[in-house]
Amino acid sequence: MSQKHRLQGKGRVDHSKPLSFIFNGKTYQGLSGDTIASALLANGVDVVGRSFKYSRPRGIMAAGAEEPNCILQVGSSEATMIPNIRGTQGELYDGLTAASTNGWPNVDKDIMGVMGKLGGSMMPPGFYYKTFMYPQSMWPKYEHLIRKAAGLGRVPKDKDPDTYDKLNHHCDVLVVGGGAAGLAAALSAGRRGARVILVDEQNEFGGHLLHSTQPINGQAPTQWVADAVKELQGLPDVTLLPRSTAAGYYDQNFVTVLERRTDHLGERATGKTRQRLHRIRAKRVVLAAGAHERPLVFGNNDLPGCLVASALSTYVNRYGVAPGNNLVLMTCNDYGYQAALDWLDAGRKVAAVVDSRHSPSGARYQALKARGVKIYTGHGLIEAVGKKRVSGAKVAALSSDGSQVTGAVETLSCDIIASSGGWSPVVHLTAHTGSRPVWSDEINGFVPGESVQKQLLAGGIQGTYALSKVLAEGLTAGRAAADATGYGDISAQVQDAEIKTEDPKEDAAQALFLVPHNKPVSRAPKQFVDYQNDVTAAGIELAVREGFESIEHIKRYTAMGFGTDQGKLGNINGMAIAARAMGKTIAETGTTVFRPNYTPVTFAAFAGRNAHHLFDPARFTAMHAWHVKSGAEFEDVGQWKRPWFFPKNGEDMHQAVNRECQAVRNSVGILDASTLGKIDIQGADAREFLSRIYTNAWAKLTPGNCRYGLMCKEDGMVFDDGVTACINDQHFVMTTTTGGAAGVLQWLELWHQTEWPELEVYFSSVTDHWSTMTVTGPNSRKVLEKICEDVDLSAEAFPFMGWRDATVAGVKARIFRISFTGELSFEINVQANYGLHTWEAVMEAGAEFNITPYGTESMHVLRAEKGFIIVGQDTDGSVTPFDLGMDWCVGKTKPFPFIGQRSWSRSDTARTDRKQLVGLKCKEPKTVIPEGAQIVLDPNHPVPVPMVGHVSSSYYSANLGHNIAMGVVKGGLSRMGETVYCPLADGRVLEAEITSPIFYDPKGERQHV
Amino acid sequence: MLNIYCPHCGEHREEDEFHYGGEAHIARPADPSAISDEEWAEYLFMRKNTRGLHHEMWYHAAGCRKFFNATRHTVTYEIQETYKVGEQPQQGGQS
Repeated sequence: MSQKHRLQGKGRVDHSKPLSFIFNGKTYQGLSGDTIASALLANGVDVVGRSFKYSRPRGIMAAGAEEPNCILQVGSSEATMIPNIRGTQGELYDGLTAASTNGWPNVDKDIMGVMGKLGGSMMPPGFYYKTFMYPQSMWPKYEHLIRKAAGLGRVPKDKDPDTYDKLNHHCDVLVVGGGAAGLAAALSAGRRGARVILVDEQNEFGGHLLHSTQPINGQAPTQWVADAVKELQGLPDVTLLPRSTAAGYYDQNFVTVLERRTDHLGERATGKTRQRLHRIRAKRVVLAAGAHERPLVFGNNDLPGCLVASALSTYVNRYGVAPGNNLVLMTCNDYGYQAALDWLDAGRKVAAVVDSRHSPSGARYQALKARGVKIYTGHGLIEAVGKKRVSGAKVAALSSDGSQVTGAVETLSCDIIASSGGWSPVVHLTAHTGSRPVWSDEINGFVPGESVQKQLLAGGIQGTYALSKVLAEGLTAGRAAADATGYGDISAQVQDAEIKTEDPKEDAAQALFLVPHNKPVSRAPKQFVDYQNDVTAAGIELAVREGFESIEHIKRYTAMGFGTDQGKLGNINGMAIAARAMGKTIAETGTTVFRPNYTPVTFAAFAGRNAHHLFDPARFTAMHAWHVKSGAEFEDVGQWKRPWFFPKNGEDMHQAVNRECQAVRNSVGILDASTLGKIDIQGADAREFLSRIYTNAWAKLTPGNCRYGLMCKEDGMVFDDGVTACINDQHFVMTTTTGGAAGVLQWLELWHQTEWPELEVYFSSVTDHWSTMTVTGPNSRKVLEKICEDVDLSAEAFPFMGWRDATVAGVKARIFRISFTGELSFEINVQANYGLHTWEAVMEAGAEFNITPYGTESMHVLRAEKGFIIVGQDTDGSVTPFDLGMDWCVGKTKPFPFIGQRSWSRSDTARTDRKQLVGLKCKEPKTVIPEGAQIVLDPNHPVPVPMVGHVSSSYYSANLGHNIAMGVVKGGLSRMGETVYCPLADGRVLEAEITSPIFYDPKGERQHV
Repeated sequence: MLNIYCPHCGEHREEDEFHYGGEAHIARPADPSAISDEEWAEYLFMRKNTRGLHHEMWYHAAGCRKFFNATRHTVTYEIQETYKVGEQPQQGGQS
């Protein structure tokens, strides 16, 4: 196909390198250096999408990040595609495949178009809220259809085959934006030796200079850009990052930058990462993000063929594309005329220029007049004419303040309309850190507000548009940033040569946003403000009439600025229209807040390498390989991978757990307990410290013995438990829950460092230093005796709750006689690297007893048979030791007021009807009550039924032949034998008896043998 | 993400390395049993929730494992100073 709008030989595209691409299923030709948008325009593709609500045909409006309509899904396969690419920023490569994200089933024939045409007035702002929210149950169905019809990109279905990564940087000066101001800033900072990173979102540096015709130093501006880039490349501490968007600006000068490394080469990354997220901490940030030109708001201003004026210059001068033949330009400022001059220079016709000002006289006005162009001063372009493409423009005289049509309407014939409402500084990044932009009447735009960030501004971002001043501000900001970051001494010795350029004389602009129509706003053809969300001037006025006063509320009600473009093109116009409707100034109305990210960032870039199996760090015990080899199923406990159960011969979980539990009670089992937190505590005051932190007494614990302890927060609620061993008077080893280890260490440090620094005590995490295995069951002593010869393991010599230094399987070990199963148990701790060796030796020694490895599920069942709690499962931060029936674990006579103690006498904590831990036995023996089930006293009580508690642990016990459960019940300790009910989601109501939580061996004899 | 100066390590480090520790300069009553439930609740639950300069504890969890205090502006997130436990802040009033 021919590129009918291509200007031969013009622009920065390579006319000798044609590229082929597919858009919405059709094949087209573009050139190397094109964006998708410039190639589409060259081919005369007018309609690139359908609008969100009214399904109107939409064309390309702009040439950069602010483009609202040309939003594409790029990529030919589900695995490689990226949604929400702005066609104005996506670079063309050979074979590129793109599709409109808006428009279903296709952009030319859209089902929703019927609704739009019928609907029109039927779809006011708040339409979705008003129409589809009721009945509420239907909303998911409506939403599905609405999303499908409107669409703002969709998530690809297949796994992304490419690699993404992240890189951290520190630098002296980060310059955001590589246009005139940014290049100048990078030069002056870099020349002084500062470590500079310059980022720019485009494929080449230069910004507006890439399409500007204003000479710099007597040469084409692109020559100055080339020289500047060359000089920067020669500076050793300057890093240039093109194709890199500063996406978010966070506290203390932390900026995230998305670099697209291979997206311009093809849809698969070859040889390197596809995208990279740079995380940059800068001593100074120079913001040189420039400005976006605002279109004017007029009737049917969304017709394909309506563009922003400067975009026209960009397409003509940079891409060699003139997307039409006969232009009508509407402006309220001098700069707008530039597009008409560029259009004429491209050999195209300018039907007329319409200026809302009554007596312009600037240099560009004079130049255009001299070339014989018809100029309507004091006029407005009130309405575009056409169906799927502009075919004319209606023009009428305006009052001097631009608020009313005062003359007859004349229709001009044209096929393209450009408009300029002035410029809006790209303040987005400054707003990310919480600084509110402030309105400037001088430049008719919002400029960055005060900020606590160490940032400097240069150029368009602060409303400076004259090129000579932009360049000067860049040099000044770069130098100031270098001076502030330690290069002040060198600064004075460096000379920045003056950059000479002559700005055309300009008159003051008029503050015009909405061009009035001869009909009132509510009856005029639609005047679009936010193209992505189909927000019109009439919609904003309606929102104000309906009583919305805050710009934040108007935004939410009309959805203005909620698209993937965050209203870059439309927001300021919308705020101006809202302000006028409310009879306020724009300064009083204020602006909404921009949030990260500036343009959409793929999730893959945020994830970087932390995807799939690298999503989160995983911790493995020394015996992990053995567990894998033995067919264990694993469960995640914090970051640990713990064996969950060891199925044999096709067993399911319940069969495996039943077998494991019975093996422990009848012979011997072994558990990998290495993941339990272990904290080594030493110092003269270690014992005193323990007695303050734990609820129970520690004064009399002698070397060679262990004790179970409960830890509470100061509010009296249990927060961890575990066994602590006394190694000697100044040395203890504490164990914590697997998940609580880091939190407990921080807790100990908190009290030591902030309240009791006078205590001599030191803490060290030794969790990973030890491998721990629990050998438990009536035959455990016999197993251990085979491989441990230097310690008398008899009950008399080594009683329950003792510990001994020993040699196990030739390895130095600590053996603890502690039990979480209620059976005779030995917990063997060896230096971690000997874990697997010792485990295998125990397995070999236990073979004759059919020693059975068991996992966390059996561990849970076995401890529940004994009524042992698991902190975090049976407790939830609102349970005291007394609620657990563990009064025995609270020291009554300890001298120091230990942590948590005082809170137990608070009225709420001392209540007798608190939820208390009890055992529960479902009256159907084989039925296991679901954990989390609510407990009620009277299932026939009218709704709402008072809840008196919930089930916290619930299992089937093969050893007992019936279900067992634990739960908390209001006043449960005094309700033994009573019946409670658990109504389930499926309609069943289970009946359960309140019992003691100790179901097995209630006297606790088996662990003492 | 904050950039925090650890007064023990003598370096700025990324927020990732730290845990927030809540309001600083809250002393535990020496004899909890001697005070009323109201006074105990005051110590236990009531915090200033300052808008402006706030003295707060931070814990260098993935570093030196030391607690220290920071004077941070709760609106702008500026950290004016960090100082060791037991020292007094220079800004935002004495606590």
